[in-house]
Amino acid sequence: MPTATFRIFRGSGTEGAFQDYQTEATEGMVVLDAVHQIQAESASDLAARWNCKAGKCGSCSAEVNGQPKLMCMTRLSDLPLDQPVTLEPIQAFPRIKDLVTDVSWNFDVKKRIKPFKPRAPDAPDGTWRMAQQDVERVQEFRKCIECFLCQDVCHVLRDHHAHDRFIGPRFLVNVAALEMHPLDVEDRLPDLKETQGVGYCNITKCCTKVCPEDITITDNAIIPLKERVAGRYYDPLAKLLRIFK
Amino acid sequence: MPNANTYEHDVLVIGAGGAGLRAAIEASAAGLKVGLVCKSLLGKAHTVMAEGGIAASMGNVDDRDNWRVHFSDTMRGGQYLNNPRMAELHAKEAPARVRELEAWGAVFDRTPDGRILQRNFGGHRYPRLAHVGDRTGLEMIRTLQDHGVHQGIDVHMERTVVALLKDGDRIAGAVGYDREKGQIHVFKARAVVIATGGVGKAFQITSNSWEYTGDGHALAYEAGAELIDMEFVQFHPTGMVWPPSVRGILVTEGVRGEGGVLRNKEGRRFMFDDIPENYRAQTADTPEEGWRYTQGDKNARRPPELLTRDHVARRINLEVKAGRGSPHGGVFLDIAWIKEKLPNAAEHIKKKLPSMYHQFMKLANLDITKEPMEVGPTTHYIMGGVRVDAESQMSSVPGLFAAGESGGGLHGANRLGGNSLSDLLVFGQRAGAGAADYAKQNSQGQVSSDEVEAISRRILEPFERESAQGAGPYQVQQELQVMMQKLVGIVRTEKEMREALVELDALKKRAEKVGVSGNREYNPGWHTALDLKNLLIVSEAITLAALERKESRGAQFRDDYPTKDDAYGKFNLIVKRAPDGSMQVSREPIVPLSAEQTQIIQEMK
Repeated sequence: MPTATFRIFRGSGTEGAFQDYQTEATEGMVVLDAVHQIQAESASDLAARWNCKAGKCGSCSAEVNGQPKLMCMTRLSDLPLDQPVTLEPIQAFPRIKDLVTDVSWNFDVKKRIKPFKPRAPDAPDGTWRMAQQDVERVQEFRKCIECFLCQDVCHVLRDHHAHDRFIGPRFLVNVAALEMHPLDVEDRLPDLKETQGVGYCNITKCCTKVCPEDITITDNAIIPLKERVAGRYYDPLAKLLRIFK
Repeated sequence: MPNANTYEHDVLVIGAGGAGLRAAIEASAAGLKVGLVCKSLLGKAHTVMAEGGIAASMGNVDDRDNWRVHFSDTMRGGQYLNNPRMAELHAKEAPARVRELEAWGAVFDRTPDGRILQRNFGGHRYPRLAHVGDRTGLEMIRTLQDHGVHQGIDVHMERTVVALLKDGDRIAGAVGYDREKGQIHVFKARAVVIATGGVGKAFQITSNSWEYTGDGHALAYEAGAELIDMEFVQFHPTGMVWPPSVRGILVTEGVRGEGGVLRNKEGRRFMFDDIPENYRAQTADTPEEGWRYTQGDKNARRPPELLTRDHVARRINLEVKAGRGSPHGGVFLDIAWIKEKLPNAAEHIKKKLPSMYHQFMKLANLDITKEPMEVGPTTHYIMGGVRVDAESQMSSVPGLFAAGESGGGLHGANRLGGNSLSDLLVFGQRAGAGAADYAKQNSQGQVSSDEVEAISRRILEPFERESAQGAGPYQVQQELQVMMQKLVGIVRTEKEMREALVELDALKKRAEKVGVSGNREYNPGWHTALDLKNLLIVSEAITLAALERKESRGAQFRDDYPTKDDAYGKFNLIVKRAPDGSMQVSREPIVPLSAEQTQIIQEMK
């Protein structure tokens, strides 16, 4: 098997530069394997997050040849190895070191989303009844592994840095999962409109394209939320009815 | 405390997988100030990897199920070395813990009448596992995480605890470092819950992530707590074997639960060739009966592929050793064959096993709806852990609690699939309540700043040393893994384990000399160097206990003592640090069954 070159961003905070590392590429290898090999061979302090190495935890997000990817699910055989493979951290969040970024903002956002609030139980034993077809819509959203690749490519966050007024695709999916939960009775529309900035999304669908879980983020989560907000706040007939209520 | 960030919590929980989160939620709900420390980001713990489901005898699919059946299944699976009180509490409380998850927003798959759906799994008599496709662990951890963050728990992400602090005999807190800056943090607490998961990284082929370095086992051991059942390491029968870079990644038992069969290269369903006596009455006589069982026929018995994990793993190992394996040293696991039975098989498989389909497509270029998978045993779980009181989960160190994989006792010699997630919930809740009670009744212990200083110095020492070529932290870790896999793996002998002890001694000395380069900021080489101590402690504990148990039972298979010996069924092995600092193994009589428990086991025979 050939030797491959990895051009990896090294540095802390705003300082840093790309550095080349050579390592052997063997059959079936993924980018994260290459990072581990490089750590063991030549750069023991190369910082990278990872956990499950099976596409289930969403820790190893990075940009591979400029594309937002999970390193554990990106096979070397799918990359042109006759040229260097560039690895850099995701761009929508501050850099900590090498491939690791400060994603703590996402955890703060989640705390501000109103939690699940179920209706009263359906049965005397305190349980609920839901049909499989009614839970499937929500199950799609709950596949999210919080890799934040959708946040990374969303231009509202990446280019316009609107982190103070827009929660990004990940958390719109999170809100959709709650709003469309068959048991939930909470009202999150005022927050969506006022502080979570659902209106900033202009449906370019970049998030949907990079989702490693194939969640149809824009069509199935964000657009229905936009419609709900529009229905309540911008439908003239509804507005009139509210006045006379 | 010079150069250290100090925090004060009533209860400190170490580890944020299912057990840690559930414990933190419980202690917080009791009105206490709770700190939760985790090595990774919140929600990334190993619990996300759990696929099959949560075992709870709700009886939604088969109303013959109840806690008594679940109790007896768990005891049989554990070869009766389990703590029966824990097995009883677990079986009784699991249904309530699952329903509670639903009340917190979890969205399980449904039965036709709208209740929580349950599936078949190895060693469980009736369909018992509440699940969400094959991503149940993700659903569980996300539900607990989202519920927990709204409760005001202080989460300390990407921090690693390196030592527990004591005031006299009782616990007083913990010391750790943060990955980002490498600074020292002191967590004062009245009670500490260990929920750090397992030890898989002591072996070469494992389904476990980098975090699984036996931290909690080692921290508790060093603080004077006892470990129990450490000889029992579960090798999951079905890990991926090809390509090399994915070797060890888990292939859920759910594949077999949905009708997947194991075959050798001759196409033979070899699991039918060897059915253990104590499971014969519950096992299908023909492939046809086995298939009907997987499709919910209540009059059919389970196919032999769904026997307990220890047995299936050993049978696969034997097939491979006999030269009847698959091209890359495993056997074939075939779910594609069900197209002979179901008209829309490909769609059915994708729906029931979506992440398995995805995993093999992406990582192995293999379509599981068309071709068989190649699978082989992978280090998956340790039954052994910190010895705790069944009711409160407190260890022999006052104020120190343990739950989940890092706690011991529930599973005995072998854990049933699905009993792990329920273990996390049931005993996470109990540990949280136990720690909360303890914290309410006790004041904060004294923390010695000299001790904190000494710990800080120790963990920074690797920066002052330079590793010789090929003797860095990664190399030492890898040599340990290869050695443990070879000498203390799925088949064990006295001779090889004696060798392992010699090697462990040499590795310990090398680990003490490991140096790291770079600085303290997010330096994985340094983190790996610090994890070595824990890996070495658990490796020694596993080896010593495995040597002492001169029989084959559950997950332990001794080539030199290939049969079960009743005399060894009368005690558990306890590992403890002796006053001279050496590791000591002793025998402790098993916890006797109550009259009711004895009766249940007799009835369910």
